[in-house]
Amino acid sequence: MNTTILAFAQLPETVDPAPQRLLDHYQAMTRIRAFEIAAEEQFRAGHILGMTHSAVGQEAVAVGVCANLRRDDLITSTHRNHHHALAKGVDPAAAMAELLGRATGVCGGKGGSMHIADFTVGMLGANGVVGASAAIAAGAVQGLRLLGSDAIAAAFFGDGGINRGQCLEALNYAAVYRLPVLFVCEDNGWSATTRASTVTAGPGVSSRAEAFGIPAVSVNGNNVEDVDNAARELVQQIRDGGGPRLLHCRTYRLRGHTVTDTAQYRDTSEVERHEKTDPIRSCAMRLAQLGFSKQEVTAACEEEENAIEDAVARALAAPWPCRTDAFRDIQDAGAPVQP
Amino acid sequence: MITVVEAGRRALQSEMRKNPAIWVLGEDIRHGGVFGQYKGLVEEFGPERIVDTPIAEATMVGAAVGAALVGTRPVIETRFSDFALSAMDELINQAAKNRYMFGGQGRVPIVVRMPSGLRKNSNSAAQHSQSLEAWFVHIPGLVVTAPATPADAKGLLLAALRGDDPVVHMESKELWETTGEIGEDDDAVPLGVGRVARTGSDVTVVSWSSTVHEALRAAELLQGAGISAEVIDLRTLWPWDKDLVLESAGRTRRLVIAHESVRDGGFGAEIAATAAEELHETLTDPVRRVATPRIPLGYSVPLENEYRITAPRIAAAAASLVGEASGPETFASAQPVALVHRETQQ
Repeated sequence: MNTTILAFAQLPETVDPAPQRLLDHYQAMTRIRAFEIAAEEQFRAGHILGMTHSAVGQEAVAVGVCANLRRDDLITSTHRNHHHALAKGVDPAAAMAELLGRATGVCGGKGGSMHIADFTVGMLGANGVVGASAAIAAGAVQGLRLLGSDAIAAAFFGDGGINRGQCLEALNYAAVYRLPVLFVCEDNGWSATTRASTVTAGPGVSSRAEAFGIPAVSVNGNNVEDVDNAARELVQQIRDGGGPRLLHCRTYRLRGHTVTDTAQYRDTSEVERHEKTDPIRSCAMRLAQLGFSKQEVTAACEEEENAIEDAVARALAAPWPCRTDAFRDIQDAGAPVQP
Repeated sequence: MITVVEAGRRALQSEMRKNPAIWVLGEDIRHGGVFGQYKGLVEEFGPERIVDTPIAEATMVGAAVGAALVGTRPVIETRFSDFALSAMDELINQAAKNRYMFGGQGRVPIVVRMPSGLRKNSNSAAQHSQSLEAWFVHIPGLVVTAPATPADAKGLLLAALRGDDPVVHMESKELWETTGEIGEDDDAVPLGVGRVARTGSDVTVVSWSSTVHEALRAAELLQGAGISAEVIDLRTLWPWDKDLVLESAGRTRRLVIAHESVRDGGFGAEIAATAAEELHETLTDPVRRVATPRIPLGYSVPLENEYRITAPRIAAAAASLVGEASGPETFASAQPVALVHRETQQ
């Protein structure tokens, strides 16, 4: 296979997505933003336990990629996953209830923020172990191929994951078996408190994929149209039997690593600079250019914010898991006995 | 009479014929596997179901988790249990926890085959010889099997392939050539059910895998000394047949646990603690464990001999419970049948 890093400029001319598609993207991104803001509020109120990792500012990556996936296509994700889950179709109310640890949560309160999963919409699971889910996605489509399905998978990981051996092994594995996986490296520049570039050797994410013979594209991850266009092209190549692809999305982590991390290790001027490239704001400006009225855009945003408010209220009123739930769904042979 | 390795091969072959969702991944599988476990399978089932992988144990198990979640039944050949250590996140954080963490949405029906332990005349040293079953029985979500005979090599593999749990299938390298009858049926051995390998009345010896054979030889030696030993082969380590062990030790009132792997923190400790909890008024003597000292396996013959759990050692422990003051040398005149202990020139 002739492998080159495809710069975005070299992709074939794409027609602008239909304006309605962009409005759909905007709506999906505002849904995610409202969810993440609500999660932050619920965390500060003490209703979300443990830790949660905000995807504020990274919505375009999730929405642009997932817009090109079928319901039966799969995604896997990482600890920062709410945007991927919602973009794939996980019900925000079930996701919020999961964050609040309620029995009505999408995992029955047993997974929490880092372990969102909903197999009915192809969300094969978020993972608390960095880089671990790439191999799971690769094996999943290898299994699906054995079963006669042509579904594909998108494996989301970050700029930290691309340094992990397991992730690099998964790239090699997918390339060897020509597995239909879109590896999405969501590069937000920061691995917890460490600037990713200081611990990442070599020319960068895309060249690592190239080293395995996997064509790669690098895009502005804060422009949902760029992400959508690139993902559409790569997904089509994958569906056509071209083997795996990698999409490197350059974005920025506007919040701390977790909700409690105030990110003192970063310059506020750096953060302010990136706030100006907020993907939702730039999408709204683009919608205005395309002729949508301010009312239409605001109405779309409000619809999503109301839905999230409702999801939070329902989650807060939902019951907790009961004791027996702690002892269920572990294993068939050798299941524990509840004391 | 067929060998352990052939019993497993036939069980896998027959089950793969019945269930197209079963597939195998690992290194050198198409060549037949290091010990011949997969001979002839790629010719019959093709390269999509008999998959040679790169040397990437973590990805073998990780990919298998994904493939299992979507409905296939992967068998991972880890080649040596020591190499499976590269896949610990995938086995313990992913395979074992997926069903629970996601609220019961998925199942991970993988079988992780781990060739384990010492192998005669192999002198494979510290990184090719470990028995780490204690690690895996400790993990909620996992089933752990350890056949000692061809019949159980077949029956437990069938049980593993048919269940929906992730199974760690520990296969003693010492036992590959051990022969036995396996029967024409394709019946699985029920998980969690042990086997009384020899009935007795004075002392219970619990063991699994290759050490079962040493325990049986120990029972022969003990008989010569007038001691009747009951030998139990656990077969499954998690879940283990507590009722069988407690009934036997409750009757003989003496318990010895013998296993090849480090004594400290070994699975024998779990059995001993359980016996102490349940039989503390019944046992007449403390529970004894005969297991490896806390040393890595050295390469040279005299170093490896320190590691081996032999029939004389087991017999001496059992005899000491019955009140005979004796060490292994009391029973050392017996020659082990299958093991070859090469003498070093002093």
